[in-house]
Amino acid sequence: MGATPRREAGGLRAALHADRGGRIFLALLAAVAVLAPLLNLLVPASSALHLSSYTVTLLGKYMTYAMLAIAVDLIWGYCGILSLGHGAFFALGGYAMGMYLMRQIGTRGVYGDPVLPDFMVFLNWKELPWFWHGFDVFAFAALMVVLAPGLLALVFGFLAFRSRVSGVYLSIITQALTYALMLAFFRNDMGFGGNNGFTDFKDLLGFSLQAPGTRMTLFLGTALALGGSYLLCRYVVSSRAGRVIQAVRDAESRARFIGYRVESYKLWVFVFSAVLAGIAGALYVPQIGIINPSEFSPANSIEIVIWVAIGGRGTLYGAVVGALLVNYAKTYFTAALPSMWLYALGALFVLVPLLLPQGVVGALGQLRRRADARRPAAA
Amino acid sequence: MMRWLRHCAVLGCLAGLVAAAAGTAVAGTAAAGGAPGAQPAPVSPGAGQPAAERPVADEPVADERLQQLLAQLPQASYADKRALIRQFIALHDPRVRAILGAMLEENLYERSADQRVVIGAADGDNLRLTDALTGAALGTAAPDALGRIGINNQLRKALRVGMAQFDLSSPDAAVRLAAVREMLRAVDEDSIAVLRERLAHESNAAVKRAIGEGLALADLDSSDARTRLAAVETLAGSLNTDVYNRLSAMLERSADGGYAEPDARVRAAAQASIRSINRWRNLYSAIQTLMFGLSQGSVLVLAAIGLAITFGVMGVINMAHGELMMLGAYTTYVVQLLMPQHIGASIVIAIPAAFLVSGLAGVAIERGIVRHLYGRPLETLLATFGLSLVLQQAVRDLFSANNRPVQSPPWLSGELQINEALSLTYNRLYTIVFTFMLFLLLLAVLKRTRLGLEVRAVSQNRAMAKAMGVRTEWVDALTFGLGSGIAGVAGVALSQLTNVGPNLGQSYIVDSFMVVVFGGVGNLWGTELGGNALGIVNKLLEPYSGAVLAKIFVLVFLILFIQRRPRGMFPQKGRAADG
Repeated sequence: MGATPRREAGGLRAALHADRGGRIFLALLAAVAVLAPLLNLLVPASSALHLSSYTVTLLGKYMTYAMLAIAVDLIWGYCGILSLGHGAFFALGGYAMGMYLMRQIGTRGVYGDPVLPDFMVFLNWKELPWFWHGFDVFAFAALMVVLAPGLLALVFGFLAFRSRVSGVYLSIITQALTYALMLAFFRNDMGFGGNNGFTDFKDLLGFSLQAPGTRMTLFLGTALALGGSYLLCRYVVSSRAGRVIQAVRDAESRARFIGYRVESYKLWVFVFSAVLAGIAGALYVPQIGIINPSEFSPANSIEIVIWVAIGGRGTLYGAVVGALLVNYAKTYFTAALPSMWLYALGALFVLVPLLLPQGVVGALGQLRRRADARRPAAA
Repeated sequence: MMRWLRHCAVLGCLAGLVAAAAGTAVAGTAAAGGAPGAQPAPVSPGAGQPAAERPVADEPVADERLQQLLAQLPQASYADKRALIRQFIALHDPRVRAILGAMLEENLYERSADQRVVIGAADGDNLRLTDALTGAALGTAAPDALGRIGINNQLRKALRVGMAQFDLSSPDAAVRLAAVREMLRAVDEDSIAVLRERLAHESNAAVKRAIGEGLALADLDSSDARTRLAAVETLAGSLNTDVYNRLSAMLERSADGGYAEPDARVRAAAQASIRSINRWRNLYSAIQTLMFGLSQGSVLVLAAIGLAITFGVMGVINMAHGELMMLGAYTTYVVQLLMPQHIGASIVIAIPAAFLVSGLAGVAIERGIVRHLYGRPLETLLATFGLSLVLQQAVRDLFSANNRPVQSPPWLSGELQINEALSLTYNRLYTIVFTFMLFLLLLAVLKRTRLGLEVRAVSQNRAMAKAMGVRTEWVDALTFGLGSGIAGVAGVALSQLTNVGPNLGQSYIVDSFMVVVFGGVGNLWGTELGGNALGIVNKLLEPYSGAVLAKIFVLVFLILFIQRRPRGMFPQKGRAADG
């Protein structure tokens, strides 16, 4: 062990130095973050270069999805935990933010009740349920965005990893988890708006959600969060702990016998990933303007996994590529050829594991290596 | 003592039903309460009277009297008609039943031309007439040439009771039972006398019980405390709601503090009877819950049993499993479209058809996709999930996004009434039976056939099996086809239980994986027991928490259970477990 050079000494900078794809991604992200506000706010709407607010919102949505994909790649690509329930953490973060936004509506709701959200008035509830208290304060809601998914992941992961549930079994119980949550959130009695969820949000921290300035700030915040979570994940995977995590992925028993507490590593990376997913959900809700229980549906969570698989797992930036590609295709197809979308998505699911086991990024890398191999003399 | 025997007989039949898993016939007899009494009784009320006392039907005096009464009918007021009906019944003439029946159905008319009372049956715009007394055909007549003999609700009741008295001597025990029930709806001195008479001669246990119960109910109104006491004791084993309400009413206090029932001993007996009734009712409702749970569990087993082969034995995560069931359900729909006249037969034909359709689809999936992904379970999961999306969309485009109507044959609808507190719908019973048979069949295939032997060999040690000359690729394809075909057959059953639409499969996928994992991967018995156990737990929770919450509890329970026993209730042992 002493003979091997310690790579983590250089920390994040060294890690980024070796991460060409990551540098390209961060550069592109920075470019988008600078250009989008300029093109949206400063270029007049008549110009061909004008970026419509719709496109900005769409980009913002894609970025939250990209964040979610990074979170999934972190545990699947680097730790071998295939969670089919990550949509649940995303939705929990979204619901926490949604509760704050609901409380901000105040008397502007249809029923004009200063305290109770519309759906509670509709259900004839007289007072706010206990778990809604505190959500009128942004700081509390922000804390909950982190705590709700984090605690669920902590409890669930603690139980699952301690009893060494792994592989397919873990996938199936994560799926059951999100399914159970979906059923629960569909119930009106739960106090989360039942079938309809939350919508009709008015403002965030006093700024109207309809104002272009607010939207742009949200967009920039999302870009910042995406870049930040990328760097954080890159830091985690290139740290010493990150390499233990990869060892767990490749040979769990061996890592355990060497003396690592495999369960703890898995648990922390799982919780970290769940928190990232929750933050992504919290950023998603104010931009999209609605959150409902269908976000918990198992199919949604599986879709997230396919983004990562298509992009190429175990690279982090591949997850971003996958999320953008699939969601752009989804936006395009559902508008142009609605019935074709499910065929296309289905075909992607089937063909990518068969033909591109390393995803798009992996295939590109292979092409480059092949090209490199063809000119060894030059090097 | 008799009470116990009776309940035990029902319980015994039920146990037989579940154990034999094929016993609607058994339960049918239980419902009728043993063999129908062989009673070739003459068709006359008060049957069993010594022949000499019985009025003879064609006695001229009676005939004349009947004619007289009939002639009075058209002009009579409702009150008069009531008296007339009573007199009709007193004649004990078999022809009276037909007259009363026609009157009840408002088919009894007076012909304006000759004041003759006739029975009219609709024949186009006209009415075909027969003489009410002789039954002779009288041709047709326009409705305005006739005056209908009207009735009101009170008369209707009287007529029904009257007809029931005739039915009381029917040779068919079921008819007698219905007649007794009808008579008990309006008890009076006359009907009590008739029923007592009948009780002495009745041989059928169910009819006897019904009469005894009715008489005891009537006795509760008696002014003699001893009669009431006896009645209360008779009623102790009854599951009838009326009985329960009457007994409870006896214990109620009126405003001045006095009990509705003055005698303390009778009250104590009533209390004891109610307790006994409650005990039995609880028992039967527990059985009912058990049966509901079994049937819901059977649906789970149906959904999971094909998966127990593809996932359990082969280790393939087939997320398109639900869609293979959906294909089976749609096959049923198509078969019904092809033979709309024979719904009953279509279900039977759909079973092999669905097996073939889904089985072939399964073989195609295995050859086309799954085979390339062995050893990469997570990729298999994704690829088959994509396939499920494609299949759903294909069905949406081919049929429609809406649910398709699949009809049920008549023998699947209706319910089996075992007693007042316990009834089971036939489709639940058939689901339980069908699932169990499917399970046994699959078990037999795996344990008793060459294919089964090879399947087990390949799943335990692929390389060794190959070395022994097993064509593993072929076995893989056939095994996957078998599991998929079974899913198709399950789809046929599901088409009778739920909506047939593109989302049919999706709603079962989480459940079916949970059942397989819960039961223990690679263990068919585990799937069968696990599915049924989950169904029963679900039904036990439902009354307290509601259906959705019960389901959530079960899911949470499963998640926790898998933590405790990651390999299910019945884990595989030895080398097979290392797969």
